[in-house]
Amino acid sequence: MDEQDQSISGGNTEHVVEAHDLTKRFGKFTAVNRISFEVCKGEVFGLLGANGAGKTTLIRMLCGLLRPTEGMARVVGYDVVHHPERVKFSIGYMSQQFSLYEDLTVAENIRFFGGIYGMKKKDLAQAGEEMIRKLRLEGIENRLISTLPLGWKQRIAFSIAVLHRPGLVFLDEPTSGVDPVTRRQFWEMILETAREGFTIIVTTHYMDEAEYCDRIAIMTHGNIAGLDSPENLQSQFNVSSMEDLFWKITRERETADSITGI
Amino acid sequence: MKRFLAFTIKEFRHILRDTRTLLILFGIPVVEIVIFGYVVTNEIRHVPVVILDKSKDVTTQKITDRILASPWFLEETKVKSEKEIHGLFKKGNVRLAVIFGPDFEKRLMTRGNVPVQVIADGSDPNAARLMVGYLNAIVLQAQKDLNKGMNTTGRLFIKTRMEFNPELKGAFMFVPGTIAMILMLISAMMTSISIAREKETGTMEAMLVSPLHPLQIIIGKVVPYVVIAFMDAVIIIALGGAIFGVPLKGSLFLLMGEVTLFIFLSLSLGIMFSTMSSTQMEAMFLSFFALLLPTVLLSGFIFPIEDMPVALQWFSALMPARWFIVILKSIMLKGAGFLYVWKETLILAGMTMVFLLVSIKKFTIRLE
Repeated sequence: MDEQDQSISGGNTEHVVEAHDLTKRFGKFTAVNRISFEVCKGEVFGLLGANGAGKTTLIRMLCGLLRPTEGMARVVGYDVVHHPERVKFSIGYMSQQFSLYEDLTVAENIRFFGGIYGMKKKDLAQAGEEMIRKLRLEGIENRLISTLPLGWKQRIAFSIAVLHRPGLVFLDEPTSGVDPVTRRQFWEMILETAREGFTIIVTTHYMDEAEYCDRIAIMTHGNIAGLDSPENLQSQFNVSSMEDLFWKITRERETADSITGI
Repeated sequence: MKRFLAFTIKEFRHILRDTRTLLILFGIPVVEIVIFGYVVTNEIRHVPVVILDKSKDVTTQKITDRILASPWFLEETKVKSEKEIHGLFKKGNVRLAVIFGPDFEKRLMTRGNVPVQVIADGSDPNAARLMVGYLNAIVLQAQKDLNKGMNTTGRLFIKTRMEFNPELKGAFMFVPGTIAMILMLISAMMTSISIAREKETGTMEAMLVSPLHPLQIIIGKVVPYVVIAFMDAVIIIALGGAIFGVPLKGSLFLLMGEVTLFIFLSLSLGIMFSTMSSTQMEAMFLSFFALLLPTVLLSGFIFPIEDMPVALQWFSALMPARWFIVILKSIMLKGAGFLYVWKETLILAGMTMVFLLVSIKKFTIRLE
């Protein structure tokens, strides 16, 4: 287990993500405003916020896709500005569109994604077999992705995102457009994966899903308005549900903004 | 390299799996080459012509004036010998030559039948047929006038020789045109659609987040199309030779080099288009209306460039296919070497550079 931990985490094992004053401006518009936070190893970290709050920009910076205007961030021990390619090697990523190739079979998708992450043939074959066994996909490895139901695609996409045992997994609104039962099953899968030692950052706009997270950060207008465990945040803001919490935080923020004239 | 290979293999799989696309990739060139061979017709104006007058008498001057007064012919340059004429043809400077032998008028008065020698560029057979037809009409008219004025029974007749394509086969025109169109279709259209598809389905995002370098993604995307486009070019040239007897007089090596250059040009266009569109539909419409249609209409493939309004003639100079068709015809039909096509080659290379720079810039902006 120790050896494996080394292989999946790269440098610093304490904090998988360290962000300091991370800022991104597009012209005059500040999408992410001096954000600092850490994500600990093995954590399921939720990133909440309305559309346009800066979630996507933040994630794109952490993935090494976007260069921060100011500040710095280390992901799995690597600086996102100076070593984006190392960051990319050490993370897994799943978007809301699942990003599987519909006209390839399950097995071909596995081989392809394993291949572009530079997995050795033997490791890839082993990991692929294990994945198929775990998801009980025996017998349909050679079916095209396009013929599978949505829930299956979702679980396959997630399993492929963690196939190369990344030190950090990004799930960008992985459950949008999925029915409640499938959502619940999917979250069980996420939590089980986290128990194996994976660190996961997940964005969502389903407030009930926030409660599955160890800690959540609520973003409004490029800032983190609150960051703690769901229970602590609720008592801190004196509300009894995530829904109310989110409502209160965004409202407060907007009021504050309008007073200061932003 | 291994990761790159994995990506390229995936790309081949996409293509092989989609039988409809596969049919397009290999079926279209065959259908086109057969169809275009029979339907292409055209008309001409302002053909660059050279007149070699060895007699310089009143009669030859009259005929010359008649030729140049017509809307079909424009005097390009003057020459002193047949040798010079051959060079002008090979360079493509003139498409028709008229030669009056020595003592033209004297022979017409004494011996009777005197030939007006005509050499036409047969690499565009339809145009060649028309040019000779027009010329024939002019000479017949001159004959009538002569008979009125001089009271002679002497008869003029035209002795025609076709340069490059003695039998005036239509295939000589549409084989180069088809090559240009197919390469453009496969390289530019298919590439831009396939990149746009990955954007549309969200897999492009996964690729950008992956450790693959953007350049690896792009090159991996286009490699299969380079291979297919190249195979198609070979198929068309082989079919053109086997069915229609289109020769390959110049060097095969040079021809393939130029084909490769044009494939790269089309690919860079395809990449540029894909950066401008986010769905397959957009990419398809963009390639079709902004690329394929003007290429077919303005490259001189179907409608002669000489016949277009001046503004469109300028616009046609922006069509990469126009220059490529000139190159293909020169190499295949005239057996021209690199020295005869270096200008066109340079233009294509320049265009490729511009398209590549623009698309690389656009692609990185999107990443940033």
